[in-house]
Order: sequence, then C-alpha cells, then structure tokens
Amino acid sequence: MSRTLFTFKGGVHPPEHKTESNTQPIHSAPLPRHLVIPLSQHIGNPAKPVVNVGDLVRKGQMIAAADGYISAAVHASSSGTVTAIDMQAVPHISGLHDLCITLETDGRDEWIERTPLDYLAMAPTELRMQLRDMGLAGLGGAVFPSAVKLDPGAAHLCPTLIINGGECEPWITCDDLLMRHHAADILQGVAVMRHLLGSTEILVGIEDNKPEAIAAMQAAAARMDFAVEIVPVPAHYPGGGAKQMIQVLTGKEVPSGKLSTDIGIQVFNVGTAHALARAVHHGEPLISRLVTVTGHVQRPQNFEVLIGTPMRTLITLAGERDGTTGVLMGGPMMGVPMPSLDVPVVKATNCVLVKSAELFPPLPRAMPCIRCTRCADACPAELQPQELFRFAKAGDFGRAQEYHLFDCIECGCCSYVCPSHIPLVDYYRYAKSEIWAREKEKRASDLARERHEFRQFRIEREKKEKAEKLAAKAQAKRTELSAAPAENAATSEADAKKALIAAAMARAQARKAEAAPKNTDNVSPETQREIEEIEARRAKIRELARKPLEPKEKN
Amino acid sequence: MPAPFILDRSSVTQVMAWVLVALLPGVATYVWLFGPGILVTLALATVTALAAEAAMLKARGYPAKPFLADLSAIVTAWLLALSLPSLAPWWLIVTGTLFAIVVAKHLYGGLGQNIFNPAMVGYAVLIVSFPVQMTQWAGPLELTATPLSLTQSASVIFGGDFPKATLDAVTMATPLDALRTGLLQQLTVDEVMTRSIFGHYGGVGFEWLAAAFLLGGLLLWALRIISWQVPLAFLAGIWLAAGFLHFFDAGRFGAPWFHLFAPSVMLGAFFIATDPVTGATTPRGKLIFGLGAGLLTIIIRTWGGFPDGVAFAILLMNLSVPLIDAWTQPRIYGGAKHPDKDPSA
Repeated sequence: MSRTLFTFKGGVHPPEHKTESNTQPIHSAPLPRHLVIPLSQHIGNPAKPVVNVGDLVRKGQMIAAADGYISAAVHASSSGTVTAIDMQAVPHISGLHDLCITLETDGRDEWIERTPLDYLAMAPTELRMQLRDMGLAGLGGAVFPSAVKLDPGAAHLCPTLIINGGECEPWITCDDLLMRHHAADILQGVAVMRHLLGSTEILVGIEDNKPEAIAAMQAAAARMDFAVEIVPVPAHYPGGGAKQMIQVLTGKEVPSGKLSTDIGIQVFNVGTAHALARAVHHGEPLISRLVTVTGHVQRPQNFEVLIGTPMRTLITLAGERDGTTGVLMGGPMMGVPMPSLDVPVVKATNCVLVKSAELFPPLPRAMPCIRCTRCADACPAELQPQELFRFAKAGDFGRAQEYHLFDCIECGCCSYVCPSHIPLVDYYRYAKSEIWAREKEKRASDLARERHEFRQFRIEREKKEKAEKLAAKAQAKRTELSAAPAENAATSEADAKKALIAAAMARAQARKAEAAPKNTDNVSPETQREIEEIEARRAKIRELARKPLEPKEKN
Repeated sequence: MPAPFILDRSSVTQVMAWVLVALLPGVATYVWLFGPGILVTLALATVTALAAEAAMLKARGYPAKPFLADLSAIVTAWLLALSLPSLAPWWLIVTGTLFAIVVAKHLYGGLGQNIFNPAMVGYAVLIVSFPVQMTQWAGPLELTATPLSLTQSASVIFGGDFPKATLDAVTMATPLDALRTGLLQQLTVDEVMTRSIFGHYGGVGFEWLAAAFLLGGLLLWALRIISWQVPLAFLAGIWLAAGFLHFFDAGRFGAPWFHLFAPSVMLGAFFIATDPVTGATTPRGKLIFGLGAGLLTIIIRTWGGFPDGVAFAILLMNLSVPLIDAWTQPRIYGGAKHPDKDPSA
C-alpha cells in the first residue's frame, strides 16, 4: 500500500460539500408515470428506434439499437407502452431538443428474460457487441460507449487498467455511495474489463476524502482472485479527470492529441464497472444509475434512478425548497444548466444540483484581465489561459489553436481562481466551436471551389475548342474566297469580312432554331404517352392541393 | 450562464488592496526616517489619480464605480509618489500622476491593456522634463538640522516659495546621486562613501526604507500575489551586474550591496517589475524580465544620464514582453511543444 504517488500541476480546492448527501443511504426513486428516454445519451451515433408508437415493451427491452461501432443501444427502463417517438427537451448544454422515446409505464415493472453472459467463454468481439447492445457507456460523465473502450485493438495492449473513483467535483457523491455499498459488484465488472483488455495491473484511484469508500473497496479487493490495488489519492480538483488520475497514479502523461491506450492505460469510472457487472452477471442492460440530488433541497441524498425519470420527480422526492434559482446536471465546476425540470435523467446524469442565491450567488461582474497568471498556475493542462483568452476574445482562433486550445479539458479551474471573474471556459468553448464551424465551412467551400475551378476549366476548354474550330472554318472560308476570281481586289478584304459576318449570323440563327425545340419533341410515342400520364397526375395533385384538407377520420 | 458556478474569493480589488497594504511598512518607515512630508505627496497623488481615473472612465463610457473600486489607480499613485522626491512641488506630482493615469493607462486601453507601467511612465516623463525639481529629496532626519513638520512640508509642496536657505537645509542629494556626482568629480567610490549620507550598505535612512519595501514585498510573495521569479531575478541582475563591475574596478563602480539597498531597487523589484499587466507571464519569461531589468538598471546607473535607472530599465523590459512571452511558452501537459518550434505542427 505504499505506492509512490505523483502530482499533477495546477488544480484548485473548492469547498467539497460532500457531507450534505453522502450521509444518507441510497433510496430507489419510485417508478414515474412517464419515462422520456433520449436516443443520444452517449458519444457517437444516436441509437435507431426499433419500436413503434403503441408497442408494448418490457423492462430492459431494447427500444433503439446501436447505429455503428461508436454507438450504444437504448432500453426501456420499465414495462409499458410506447406513446411517442419525438423531439423533447433533453439535458444537453445546447438546450436543443432531441429525439426521445416516451413510455407510459404500466406499474408492473416486468423484466425481459435476463440471461447472464458467460463472458469467459465468449469471443471478445461477440462480448463487446453484446455490451454495446446492452447500452453500456461511461457513467463518469463523458458517456463514451464502453464496448469501444474495451477493445484494446490489434496492436495495443492495455497493461494498466485504472478504475476512477476520484469524484473530485464538489457536491457529487454517487460514486462514493456506490463504492460503499456495491464494492464487490464494481470489482466483478473490473474482472470483465481486465479479461477483455488483458490488463496486468489494476489500480482503483479514490480521493482520500472518501474513507468509507476506500475501506469498502479494500475489503472487497481482498476477496478477489486477482490483484487490485485500492489507492487513496489526495483530494484535489480535478484529480478525478482521467488524465490527472493517470498522472497521479503512474506519473505518466497522455501525449497531446493521443489516447491513454497509446501509453497502455485505460480508465473507467466505478459506475461503469458496476453497470458492466450488472450486464454480465445479471443480464441487465443499462437502464438505471445512481444520481446525487443535492444543493438547495430539504433532504440531499442519492437515488437509484431509472433512465428517463424527469428531474422534477427527483427534486420533489428530495424536498423542493423556495428560492430555487436553477438546476445543474453535474457539479458546480463543470455542470450544465438545465433548460427545464422536465428533462429526463440520462446515462450521464451523476448529479442534479439545485441552486439557490445563497449557495450559488450570481457571479460578479467580469473585470479586464490583468494577466496575473493565476489561471496558468491553476491549469492542470499547463496551458496559458490568459493568452488563450486574449486570442479567443480577439477572434484570433489560429493563435488560440497554436497555444493548444484543444488541450483544454474545460475543468473550470482558471475561471474559479480568476480575480477578474472572467468566464474563461466559456471563451474557450466559443473558440473551439468557432474553429469547428470554420473547419466544416472550409471543407464545404473547398469542395465548392474545386467544383467551381473544374467548371471554369471546362468553360475555358470549350471556349478554346470553339475558337479553334471557328478559326479553322474562317481560314477555310478565306481560302475559298481568295480562290474565287478577284475582280474587285480592293474590296475583296471588306467583302470577305462581310461574308464571314453573314455566315456567322446564319449559323447563329440556325443554332437558335435548333435550341428552340423542347426536349419533348421528337420522342417516341411511348415516351410521349408517359409524359402525358405524368402531366395528368401532376394536374390531379395540384387540384388536390388546392382543396382544403378534410379530416380523414372523425373521432 | 456557463460553468463553473462557483468562484474563489479573490478579486482585482483584493489584489490591489494587498499591494497597498504591503506598501505600508515602506510608508511608515519613510515617515519615521524622513518626516511626514511623504503623506502630503501620497494624498495629492491619490486624489489626482482618482479624479483622472473617474474622468477617463466617463470619457470612455465605462462605469466608474467598479473600476474606481478596483484600487488600481491608487496603486499607481502610491508607486509614483514613493518614487518622487518627498518635497517635490505639487504641480510635479499632479503632472506625473495625470500622465500616468491618462496617457500611460487609459489612452492605451485602461486596466489590463497598458503596455508600460503607468507609474514608471509618469516618473520617466518627470525626470526627463523637470530634472532639477526631481532631485529635491528631503534628507533623512538623522542628518537634517531642522526637520519639517507636516504643515511645513505641505507649504513647501504647495507654496513653492519657501525660503531657499531652509530648503537647502532639508534637502540633499540621494546617495545614488551623490555617488554619481562624486564619480564624475573623479573621486573614487571609497572617497565618496566616506560622506555622512552613506550608511551600512546604502544611504543613511535610505537603506532602512529599502528594507521596509523588501519586507512588504516578501509579504506579497507569501500571499502569492506576486511570484518569486521577477523579484529574485531582478535582484540577481542588480547584484551580478554591479558585482561584476565592482570586482574589476572597485574604485569606479559601487559595491553590489550599495546598489541593492537603494529603495528604488526594492520598490522596483517587488512592486513595479511585478506589475502583472506590463510584465512577462511565463515562468521563464518572468526570470528573463527580472534579470533584464536588473542588468539594465546598473547599466543606466553607471553609464546613463540619470542617477537611477530602475524606471527606464523596467520600461525597456515592458517593451520586450510580447517577445519574451512568445519565446518562453512552457511545455504543456502531454508534452506538445510550442508550435513555433515544432516542425510537425
């Protein structure tokens, strides 16, 4: 247990606020009347619906299938009827609506037939496809499809497997509670990960502000048939970030622009390991998760929540209070403000943090940057945030990129320490999205330019060909004319010109006449009939369109 | 509203307030050793700076309250006031302060945008334009027969028509000025140093003032308001350059300790070169900035036209900041080098 730990540069120590919610046991949130299940709860392609409105579904039944390799299936969180497949408000930073399947629950909560997976006997690819179809995605916040991360690839080996129990964000305690109460399950999931990745070293990093979780995990680790090292790490935000956890535990850095697997390390959140164990050993797809409901509520605590449960239900359960000023999904450092309380809990929802003016006073007015570089001291990515801010603000996105804008992990440390209260992360997000938009635009314009250039080339070529042809013809004419007896030698030159003009005009006239006929002339009778039929159909449609719409059926 | 939703309890006002607090040991020592005249200068500079700041904010369409409350104008006023001779006439103080706030700060874009340290611009303008008035330093009380009271100092500063004999009795050349003049008169350093105005390391009184500024500077460092790089490199630059010259010809060049224990050096190292707005931002850049300012200070003191060189040295280094910053971008997490030097990027 005397592992040498490393440190990462920067970071901050915001007030933890963990005890509000981690002293209560886990309660199950009751079954809501309606579940709204978004199809895009993971990174990658949205799942494709495989049910129709009116279908009866059972708990755990796949209602949308994974679409492609980087995708994950979506399941019914309870039994009931599909009542809608439409656009609904979802918990996303964009605030845009997204495609969701709405279930009206029948209260019976009937499971599908659950069959545990004999993962040791299965081919790895088959097992991974199975996990994708069970909807597994990272529960630490990024919701990357787990099946993809569990593929070490042909060349890559993953000797080191890190299980992240850091949970460095203030207020959130769902991983803490999960480790306290489901340590053995988590390690069962770890066994599957280890099997798929071929890892030989397994480290579980837990911030030392969670002594109960550390003790529970250590007790469970002692009972495992493989070596798992439970490593308490200093509580230091953002120590639960994957890159920071890797650095603290191994002293290694993930090279800029690469993945941790490139240095033989894969990182999973404890919640993901738990979900994996439920999937493999109980045949349960990912349909629920632990959610911390805390902040400005009467009874902050953790709930086991079905995916699709409206956040409002959870807040009511925890005791809504007057003076609520908003709700965040996630913690105060990286959380996302929710557009409404009707948005559902999704796979990424680790915390519902209810704000009040006392707990989260409005941010003070931003002052100009005084280049004090406290942000640079706090930046765990070791960037120069003050320079990135300057470039982003000036719209100099190229320079921002040169100063490694895309190495920013948006942890918020810079904004947190800024004495000028500048919302720095917002500037970086803005710059990143501008760069993405411009790249997209550039690709489109490159294509358009290529097309345009080809067209120009073609026009030029045709012009040239035409000119050559004309020149040849004129030459022929000229020789013809000069061949004729030159009675009026003096005027022959002018005549020749006139003749050329006349000939050109005649040709132009002929071309006009040629161009005039429609392409419907000179067609075969069959084609003509077809055209007439089409015209008749179009006329009918036009007629229909003019009439007012009549209701098809009367209810 | 974007994340994060919580903030550390810090503010520009707090930073500036700590700088003012850290100047208090220096101010107290000043009053104790040189008399209360400095308080008049500080007050006049403060009032002028606030008025100029308010007027410029109004002219530029900025809200006056948050920007006046950030205290940055007062910091500029105090730094300039502490650099001026303590019996400088009122119009000198007002002109310097106005130039610092109006031209050096606001015409360059206000808080955070100025390229040059405003206080040092004010000082430079005054010493170039009014070199005579800029040498009316009150001598330390220890060496003065008839020290001036607060009201007497005020009437010197505001009245200007103080009997010249009395004025001569209280003002004298600063140690740096004395050394410079002495050396110009073909005296050796040792001969000059025998004069009564020289103390243990620097000038009598002046060396204690330097120590008080050092104390305040260490407080700023302990509070992490300033980083260690700039002051350390600045002092190292002074010590190395002065030490090098002194080593080769102790008769013509002052000792490094003498150069270090000038109040202007400690004020410059801890309070002026550390100005974040006009200084380098990268760790290596701060070292280069400090070292450069230190070396230039000795070069200007030794070969330049003015007795002290701190202000010009810092202004010259201010000018080099964009270059220093661009050249000293540190390695980031994950090892990507700065693209300017990375051929693969």
